[in-house]
Amino acid sequence: MKYVFIIAGVLLIALTIAAGLIWVERRLLSVWQDRLGPNRVGPFGLGQVVADTIKLFFKEDWVPPFSDRPVFVLAPGILMVTILLTFAVVPFGPNFYVYDSNIGILFFLGNSSLGVYSIVLGGWASNNKYSLIGAMRASAQMLTYEVFMGLSLMGVVMMADSFSFCKIVEAQKGGWFFIPQFIGFIVFFIAGIAETHRLPFDIPEAEGELIAGYHSEYSGMKFGMFFVGEYLGVTLISALIATLFFGGWLGPSFLPPVFWFLFKTFFFICVFILLRASLPRPRYDQLMELGWKVLLPLALLNLLVTGAILIFLK
Amino acid sequence: MSNNDYDIISELRSKFGDHTILHQQQTKDGTPTIWMNRNDLIQVLKFLKNEITLPFKMLYDLTGIDERTRTKRDGQPASDFTIVYHLTSFERNQDIRIKVALTNGDTNIPSITTIWESANWYEREVFDMFGINFTGHPGLTRILMPKSWKGHPLRKEHPARATELDPFVLTDNIRDEEDANLKFNPEEYGLDTKSEDSDFMFLNIGPQHPGTHGLLRLIVQLNGEDIVNIIPDIGFHHRGAEKMGERQSWHTFIPYTDRIDYLSGVMNNLAYLLSVEKLAGIEPPDRAQVIRIMMSELFRIASHLVWLGTFAQDMGQMSPVFYAFNDRERIFDIVSAITGARMHPSWFRIGGVAHDLPEGWEKPMQEFVNYFPKRLKEFENIVIKNRIFKARTVGIGVFTTEEAIEWGVTGAGLRATGYDWDYRKKRPYSGIDKFEFDVPLGKNGDCYDRALVRMEEMRQSLRIIQQCINNMPAGHYKSDHPLAIPPRKDKTMIDIETLITHFVGVSWGPVIPAGEAMVPIEAAKGSNGYYLISDGSTSSYRTRIRTPSFPHMQMLPFITKGYTIPDLLAILGAMDFVLADLDR
Repeated sequence: MKYVFIIAGVLLIALTIAAGLIWVERRLLSVWQDRLGPNRVGPFGLGQVVADTIKLFFKEDWVPPFSDRPVFVLAPGILMVTILLTFAVVPFGPNFYVYDSNIGILFFLGNSSLGVYSIVLGGWASNNKYSLIGAMRASAQMLTYEVFMGLSLMGVVMMADSFSFCKIVEAQKGGWFFIPQFIGFIVFFIAGIAETHRLPFDIPEAEGELIAGYHSEYSGMKFGMFFVGEYLGVTLISALIATLFFGGWLGPSFLPPVFWFLFKTFFFICVFILLRASLPRPRYDQLMELGWKVLLPLALLNLLVTGAILIFLK
Repeated sequence: MSNNDYDIISELRSKFGDHTILHQQQTKDGTPTIWMNRNDLIQVLKFLKNEITLPFKMLYDLTGIDERTRTKRDGQPASDFTIVYHLTSFERNQDIRIKVALTNGDTNIPSITTIWESANWYEREVFDMFGINFTGHPGLTRILMPKSWKGHPLRKEHPARATELDPFVLTDNIRDEEDANLKFNPEEYGLDTKSEDSDFMFLNIGPQHPGTHGLLRLIVQLNGEDIVNIIPDIGFHHRGAEKMGERQSWHTFIPYTDRIDYLSGVMNNLAYLLSVEKLAGIEPPDRAQVIRIMMSELFRIASHLVWLGTFAQDMGQMSPVFYAFNDRERIFDIVSAITGARMHPSWFRIGGVAHDLPEGWEKPMQEFVNYFPKRLKEFENIVIKNRIFKARTVGIGVFTTEEAIEWGVTGAGLRATGYDWDYRKKRPYSGIDKFEFDVPLGKNGDCYDRALVRMEEMRQSLRIIQQCINNMPAGHYKSDHPLAIPPRKDKTMIDIETLITHFVGVSWGPVIPAGEAMVPIEAAKGSNGYYLISDGSTSSYRTRIRTPSFPHMQMLPFITKGYTIPDLLAILGAMDFVLADLDR
């Protein structure tokens, strides 16, 4: 019974944050862009979330006749499922998690690799040239960034001596990992943006070039799943940054640990949004170049140095 | 200038003999204009472009005139259709107009695409509008009108209003035919569908696409993401502005000009009115001239702000477009305080402007001039100096000065190659030569330099506006010339002559004396000019609108080959075109 509550709690928090982000992002962007943003529905426009969701549910759920129907329908679901599954291993508080897996990080990496399928299949099944180009770009980009996303976390794993997120948080009681693992943090952060394909790395959708990239043909709640999937991804990456590098639920004891976790997560979500508001989009080949020529060597170097120091300290 | 005129004509006479030049026409703008036979055309043009010292390198314009109902031709050779070649020599700072008469139903003329590649679209346009057959043209098809169009719109017998036609009904048949017409067939354009080792993808960008800034269709031949070729399909925004020019009175055409380059408002009025005033021999008073300069420069900033915002957005940067539009809104506040309208004030009049400046106009204007440099600095920091922005634009879409001139590029595109050519400096109009300002130049002719040039142009425009504020002359805002419309009212109640002139001018519109004139101006996007022909009537006989976007877009395939789709967006963004300016 306890599990049911926790799963419900985690799902509720994750989905609420993701849906709420629609409003948060639009409001924050508008603040930074000298405009008002949605402020009509309910207090501060908060009802916008409900309005948007209702709208998405009632939109015509159109499957293009030229598409590969089963794959087309399946694709958005994969994204949601893989990301939501990952939330199972994220500790919201000392005793607030669905499952403390001893291979938590690997579980996350595996799931995020599966997420690529969603985009590639969605783009492929749409049978649209823009979607195809978007899917092609997405697969290349995400495969590349997966490589050193994993590598960038190995430093943390070494220092905590565990793949379990709970152990990693507990290992940070002496000091958060973003100081010793600063390079790892930067690389993971950049890879995280690429993984969630948010601006400046939104190359698979690149509005000005590819209209909406891999999800050009999607409408209704299927589009909504890609849409919420993106926000879930942002939440997940922010939660992981908080957990892996910023001490997760750790914080002064005058507030409950869950608060600290959510506060840190929210902070990084805002950073994601701020990045979107301020940066232009690099070209596809420049992104690849950055990945292979800069970030991968950096991640490897970080791994090497961390390992050497740890052995030396033993 | 006049000595020079005779030079070039006597040079041609001595080279080709007197018989080549059939007639030397007098025009109101003083541009040497000569008539010749179509058989001599190619060799004369080749000579003018390649062999003569200080050559005429740019094909500034190429257009046609349907002469069949023209009455006042002043001894010009008989002609049913006249093809006009307008060449520009930058070294001489001189233009020359060459005309070829087509008579007796023979509408064939040799194509000059072998001399200027840029003649391609112009000749297609003349074919489309007049049904002239350019022999030897590589692909003479309609360009602005749909393939299924019957007739040639700029011929005098073609109706100008929908009310002259039967009601239009869109049947399923017509729809299917039109759909079939829009289907792209690579073989029609001589494009291969595959190379040795891969199949090409034909990506149809537009007419509805966020990156094309309007109704523009680009068919991109792709190898992976590399662009092999581009076929621009234009005309979706064609509204027959030139045909309307033949229908409206001289005065009532002014609002149509606003909508040609719809981002630069009154600057279009200026280009049109300078030509009209040249024909009528009106010299607007100083105050009117300075007001015109001030408003034009204000609109140059407004237009550049839209360019800046959308360019940054094409590069994936979300926010600058909002900042730019907010600042543009400040400009529109001033514009509407002065003119009563925002984007399309249609505020200039033949012989001056519509009203005097309102009391206290200096205050908001001065506030803007004080406020804007700080914002420009900010734009530079967030857009121009951004490293990702640089990575996207430096070395992209490069062309040299020679290529620019060959393709008819003017404005910031030409100056970004390092060539110092600004019509405001070289052919001063409306008293702009009395102002101090610099002409910013680029070096490399890439997208980044085009951006730098435009940023600096905004600063220079501010300088000009500041000088306007400081030195606004007293006097009347409109000429007292009888053809100035609407005529000045101060004397109408005193003597009957003025009252009659006023009545005729307002009811019929002015009768502009017969003649031909064009005054090119430095518009926001390049050189804009109205080649007007008056037959001594209340409306223009032929209104040719030479717009900068047309040649710029024609150059697109040439400068995008080998780049990728994201680069295409950078090149389009840096080009700064407006669809109404392209299609008219």
